[in-house]
Amino acid sequence: MTVSLVGAREACSALGEGHLPTSNRRISGVIVLLALLVVVLAASLSFGANPLPISEIWRVVLSPDSSEASSIVWTLRVPRTVVGIAAGVAFGVSGALIQAITRNPLADPGILGVNAGAGFAIVVGVTLFGVGGITGYIWFSFIGAILATVLVYLIGSAGRGASSPVTLVLAGIALAAVLSAFSTFLTLMDQETFRSFRAWGLGSLSRASLDDTASVAPFLAVGILLAALISSSLNAVALGDDQATALGASVTRTRILGIIAVTLLAGGGTALTGGITFVGLMVPHIVRWFTGPDQRWIIAYTALAAPSIVLIADVLGRVITRPGEIEAGVLTALIGAPVLIALVRRRKASGL
Amino acid sequence: MKSTIQIPRQIDFGYRNRTIRTQRAVALRFSARSIAINSILAVVAVTVAVMSLGIGDYPLTTAQVVQSLFGQGDDFHRLIVTEWRLPIAIAAILFGALLGIGGAIFQSLTRNPLGSPDVIGFDAGSYTAVVLTILVVGANQYWYIAAAALVGGLLTAIVVYLLSYRGGVQGFRLIIVGIGVSAMLGSINAYLITRAEITDAMSVGFWAAGSLSRVGWHSLVPVIIGGLIVFIGVTMLAPALRQLELGDDAALAQGVNASVARPLLLILGVATTALVTAAAGPIGFVALSAPQLARRLTRTPGVTVAASAFMGAALLSLAQLLSLVIAQVYRPVPVGLITVSLGGLYLIWLLIRETRRSI
Repeated sequence: MTVSLVGAREACSALGEGHLPTSNRRISGVIVLLALLVVVLAASLSFGANPLPISEIWRVVLSPDSSEASSIVWTLRVPRTVVGIAAGVAFGVSGALIQAITRNPLADPGILGVNAGAGFAIVVGVTLFGVGGITGYIWFSFIGAILATVLVYLIGSAGRGASSPVTLVLAGIALAAVLSAFSTFLTLMDQETFRSFRAWGLGSLSRASLDDTASVAPFLAVGILLAALISSSLNAVALGDDQATALGASVTRTRILGIIAVTLLAGGGTALTGGITFVGLMVPHIVRWFTGPDQRWIIAYTALAAPSIVLIADVLGRVITRPGEIEAGVLTALIGAPVLIALVRRRKASGL
Repeated sequence: MKSTIQIPRQIDFGYRNRTIRTQRAVALRFSARSIAINSILAVVAVTVAVMSLGIGDYPLTTAQVVQSLFGQGDDFHRLIVTEWRLPIAIAAILFGALLGIGGAIFQSLTRNPLGSPDVIGFDAGSYTAVVLTILVVGANQYWYIAAAALVGGLLTAIVVYLLSYRGGVQGFRLIIVGIGVSAMLGSINAYLITRAEITDAMSVGFWAAGSLSRVGWHSLVPVIIGGLIVFIGVTMLAPALRQLELGDDAALAQGVNASVARPLLLILGVATTALVTAAAGPIGFVALSAPQLARRLTRTPGVTVAASAFMGAALLSLAQLLSLVIAQVYRPVPVGLITVSLGGLYLIWLLIRETRRSI
């Protein structure tokens, strides 16, 4: 595993960057990200239809009482903030993983149709099998996510060799379109189902309760653990299948574990929120400017930065149209799609 | 051996053909296969449309439908057929043809089968403008909505084109930029629609997915007028379109002014999507699949506007018939869902094929 680190270092210096990201710099980056997360957390608890001062937040968080502020914070803002953190980690890390596994800088669980697959399976579970509650439909979510991941991967790599980034994206878009159409088809069954799924695909943080998040959290934790385990092998995979094998990494095992991790993360995240797009695309790219190409740091940074992005999107959505709100997924698409455009405008679209 | 060049009496075009020639002005050469295929597609479209007239909550036999069409038979049957169902059946044919034309124009201009308006987001732009016009401005007349759709589509087209310009527009960059832009517009649309103050949530879903069920004579007539203008314009510019596929220099050598023809074609292409989107919402993936299916059937070297129009008409008629049949056994389903499902599967198949071929 140390070998792959050397590979990453070499790749990094081959970029000709004047200053190699050192451990010190990386650790100070982690501190900055943690600080950002704390600020965003405070903002997420304080902003909304009824803004609360920080001192008040601080008081009710430490000692919950029967005041109105306490009930707002504990019944509305804490659950959605926790969902935001969980969803941010899930979609961010799964994006970083899927980019590393497919060696495709344009990959994202939303763009590649993984979220749509999970969403479709959930709709099937709820409408056809009458499954209620997140503990029931999360399994459908996983099945849908893994089927979509494998399908898109097979389509994108139908040719020999590495799959072209563009083909993979197109395959994902097509799959997502078809699956969303099927989902809508099923939800048209009756008024009630339709109403409950009406804003499903937009990616909202206000849907799930703390209990829901708690029941999804173990799956997300396993996903993160898997991601951490394979992160050093992913460094080797970045060099190409042959090089990776020569360096002693098992490419197939890494890919399979990676796909399982993506499934757990994106499937779990979709079950909680309905699917948030573009976080998995933009966050790994942004953190890569600071971490360099080492996947272990990219994944760690992404896990810290993505929740902040999701929560910022959610807070913005609550502030812009007060007292109404815009779903977090709508704003991440608005912020994230320009990143996709900027990526393809670069001369060489392979930034991995 | 004589050294004089033998001039063949008959030129071999590589396909069987018929030529129509008058003394002056008109000289058209058709591939015999194209004529046959287009006629078959036209017959399919019309037959399917007539079949769809009989399907509904009040079923009619084909004989009753045909009688009503010719102004005979029961008064009530005539009302159902000519006032309620006929506009929808005509819309399926007309909208399908328009979408096919739009797809052919853009696939030809981008020289890429994936460059059609539904993939690169022009219909998303048109639709954003439509939703904004209805919900924010509060205008409901067709012409306002159509104008908004046209402006929205054109703006999107220009933005996508400019964003993908980097010393020339490369096909795949255009497509990914289009996907990015349509993702942004799509999320705006979805947001606007969920906030719409429409009492029946179901009708919002229908509206967002593209449905013909709301089309009546009052909203069809403007599309027919607009469609005629588009048909005439496209007929005049179709030869230029074919020359432009060879590149600007080659087109110029053939007497085509690219800097005039391309913007005009762009406007016409966006207009097709705009007309349809304003009347029926976004009907996806007909523009994508019609030109390619037509090209494979007619075995022409590139996409052709006429065959794409016939194919689009046949496809949308079939999709509409399918949606009516599903409505009988299950639930009313917007036709846009059917075209997206079938067209999306077709796109996936197209991608697999392209990857295989590029090895």
